[in-house]
Amino acid sequence: MCCLTNLGKITTDVDTLRSEIRDKSVRVIDVRREVDYKQDHIPTAVNLPLANLLSDDSPERVLKLINSMGIDDETSVVVYDDTFGALASRVAWTLEYLGHSDVTLLETTYSHWKSLGLENDSIVPEVQTREHSMKLHPEILATSDYLENAKTRDDVILIDNRERLNFLEQHIPGAISLPYRTLASNDKILRSKEDMKRLLDNRRITGDSEIITYCGSVGTLSGLAYYALKSAGLPNAKLYARSFKEWKNLEKPTEKQKDANYWDLSAE
Amino acid sequence: MTISDLKQTIPDSIKPKINWSRIEEADDFAKTVKLFRQGKYAEDSFRRYRLQHGAYGTRMTNDYAMVRIKLPAGEIYPDQIEKISQLSEQYSIGSAHFSTRENIQLHWIVLEDVSEIFRGLAEVGLTSREACGNSVRNVMCSPLSGVCPAEEFDSTPYALATARFFLRNPMAQNLPRKFKFNFTCCEKHGMVRMVDVGLIPQIRNIDGTPQRGFKIFLGGGLGNRSFVGHQLEDFTSEEDLLYTSIAVVRIFDRLGDRKNLARNRMRYLVNDMGWDKFQNLVLKERAVVRATQSVVTQLEVDKTPNVIKRPVRISNENGGEIIPDGYARWLKTNTVKQTQEDYRSVFLTLEAGDITASQLHGLSNIIRNFSSEGMARSGFEQNLALRYVHEDDLPNLYSKLIEIGLAKSGALTMTAPIGCSGTTSCNLALTNSHRLAKEIQRKFLELKLDEDDDLSDSSIKISGCPNSCAQHGIATLGFFGGGGHVGKDMYANYQMSIGGRSDGDTMLGQTLLRIPAKRIIPVILKVIEIFKANKKSDDTLKSWIHRVVNGNEDSEIKSLVDIKKILEPLVIPPTIEEDPDFYLDYGSDTSYHTKTGKGECAA
Repeated sequence: MCCLTNLGKITTDVDTLRSEIRDKSVRVIDVRREVDYKQDHIPTAVNLPLANLLSDDSPERVLKLINSMGIDDETSVVVYDDTFGALASRVAWTLEYLGHSDVTLLETTYSHWKSLGLENDSIVPEVQTREHSMKLHPEILATSDYLENAKTRDDVILIDNRERLNFLEQHIPGAISLPYRTLASNDKILRSKEDMKRLLDNRRITGDSEIITYCGSVGTLSGLAYYALKSAGLPNAKLYARSFKEWKNLEKPTEKQKDANYWDLSAE
Repeated sequence: MTISDLKQTIPDSIKPKINWSRIEEADDFAKTVKLFRQGKYAEDSFRRYRLQHGAYGTRMTNDYAMVRIKLPAGEIYPDQIEKISQLSEQYSIGSAHFSTRENIQLHWIVLEDVSEIFRGLAEVGLTSREACGNSVRNVMCSPLSGVCPAEEFDSTPYALATARFFLRNPMAQNLPRKFKFNFTCCEKHGMVRMVDVGLIPQIRNIDGTPQRGFKIFLGGGLGNRSFVGHQLEDFTSEEDLLYTSIAVVRIFDRLGDRKNLARNRMRYLVNDMGWDKFQNLVLKERAVVRATQSVVTQLEVDKTPNVIKRPVRISNENGGEIIPDGYARWLKTNTVKQTQEDYRSVFLTLEAGDITASQLHGLSNIIRNFSSEGMARSGFEQNLALRYVHEDDLPNLYSKLIEIGLAKSGALTMTAPIGCSGTTSCNLALTNSHRLAKEIQRKFLELKLDEDDDLSDSSIKISGCPNSCAQHGIATLGFFGGGGHVGKDMYANYQMSIGGRSDGDTMLGQTLLRIPAKRIIPVILKVIEIFKANKKSDDTLKSWIHRVVNGNEDSEIKSLVDIKKILEPLVIPPTIEEDPDFYLDYGSDTSYHTKTGKGECAA
């Protein structure tokens, strides 16, 4: 059982982050592209574009990245993006996988932060390298082999977080569809705990089931879903980080909704 | 002051006058779905319950539903559009669909999420309650009511009051079959003879005092068998509107056929009984209703006029008089002048009623910024109208619509065909009528047929099966889907009808011949060619066809038989070896076969 995030806290609200920044008690990670980061960002934030992380996400390299961002085992980390929390989730999940317990997501996106008129600057902070330990948490990761076996178990729920049309067209057999848009509410990257619980409860996603999330390619949308589940008090979640892209490349079986031309209903 | 302080703010949204929703229905629905999944709720009762709440079944699956959101009198406010945009992204396919009866449909919703949609709708005062099932369906009103130069008064408040009276009313929860009211503005813009109860507003001078009332038509309707409605009496006074409505619903409830699902709409009752007898019965029943209803039973007609206020703009964002390309064409084919000086109603061209979540989002701001009544009205033709747009704001509006991809021309012409959902989601469909409508629209706009005045008052309507969801029976050129075959090879095939209309001269189209799906575009173009060669100078396609159908045409084309002869060579099927594409329906890359599930119109 993994319950790393500090006291089950999943997101950090805007006011808390601002006061933590003032107190210098937080490491903020901006996962947007470097050009965007250079233009402006939340004060004191360091930049770790998701693409950079994914270019080589071997534990050894990720550990180096963590150290270079001045994060040790005790550092409180808040991650944000401008992509409804999906990229930030993927980075936060990676930190968690490496064994960092105190990582949360900013409750909103950078655009919204700015639209509230909150402080931002273009200063790149000087960071002292620190030493983080490595204690992997394989229990939050699902590989394709793991998934293939787990699928046959009754107590495992597999969730597809891509858009509905993509799901209808092709998905991993037995998966249920929970599009990533469902996870958010208005200005927040995640809906409130009560709302999330009700939604999941309606879907009979409850209790002690093991839940595996996946999406299209690198586990971003499903990373957000991973945190959505935890925010609703369902701790037993795993991310199939390589998601449907790998599943298809491995030519594993897929399923589709037959005998209906649903694409032609789309106005795209 | 910073730059952002100067940024134009969006005008506040006008709030809806009526809250149609009840939040407790969301909780109840969620609970009922759970019981159903646990096997504690019988399948038939669950289906009735689900339909009563506006959730319809989906093609070949029990896991998904379509939620049909009612827009009584067609009214929809910016915050409501915004919410539907959000709901379509969260729970549907990222698009929503405008129907022909002033509903917005969200398709491919997980059954367990339907209650979440109800919850979202309740936040903005909308409901899907009684949008399906054996109840009083959405009460429609012409999108031009209140602005139509030909109308005698605005019937919108009466449509809203009627919707309000029957919604959740115990007398209308278990009718023999669905029941529909259409209010209109005038003879030309309505569809009053093709519905259970159709109403045209009219003013009579009674003892020197003008009195409001209606021309009421009963017992019309389109379907497997279609009938034209009958006028009840010369004039039905405003006071008698509710009594007449109750009387008709009560007679239908009492005498309608509850056994034979295929013929239990009220039009069959009227037909079986004979109009004179039915008329008599209604008048007698009304006398009883009038004498027995309590004084508190009345329509709450809110006659307070809507506030008309041109949204304030600090400056023209376009910064000048640059009018984008295509403006004149759009102005001609998408807008109509209102009674109110300096104002126009602007119709949006959608593709078979479909609109994306992001277009809906953009549209809500456009309505706030351009409609002086602060809302929009959906129409009878899978479209939407922004009314009270000031003439001076039209070029700017057009630019804004271009930005969100909603500036296509032809909304009020034959180039905007109606297509029901067909095999994209409907259990009954035999063909992909939805995609066919889009293909025709794309082709005809490319050919600029929307600019041809001869074609503008004609219509094309395509249903995916013999039931008439796309209202093909009243189209100038109507089509309904089926299957054809050469040996063992099947192809999508449509029955074509010609000469239907829904105005003062309402008539059903005459059956012409069967046309394979992939030959429909050439056949329509051929019909246009024949018309052009034989028309008189002031003919439109519609008026010319009307003469042909009625045997009054004196050119080379004397009757439909002559048209049929010319078209026949075009519809001969090639072999599958000669033309494999012929055997694929639109939107499909596998060989065609008919496949249907159980319909739920008559559950």
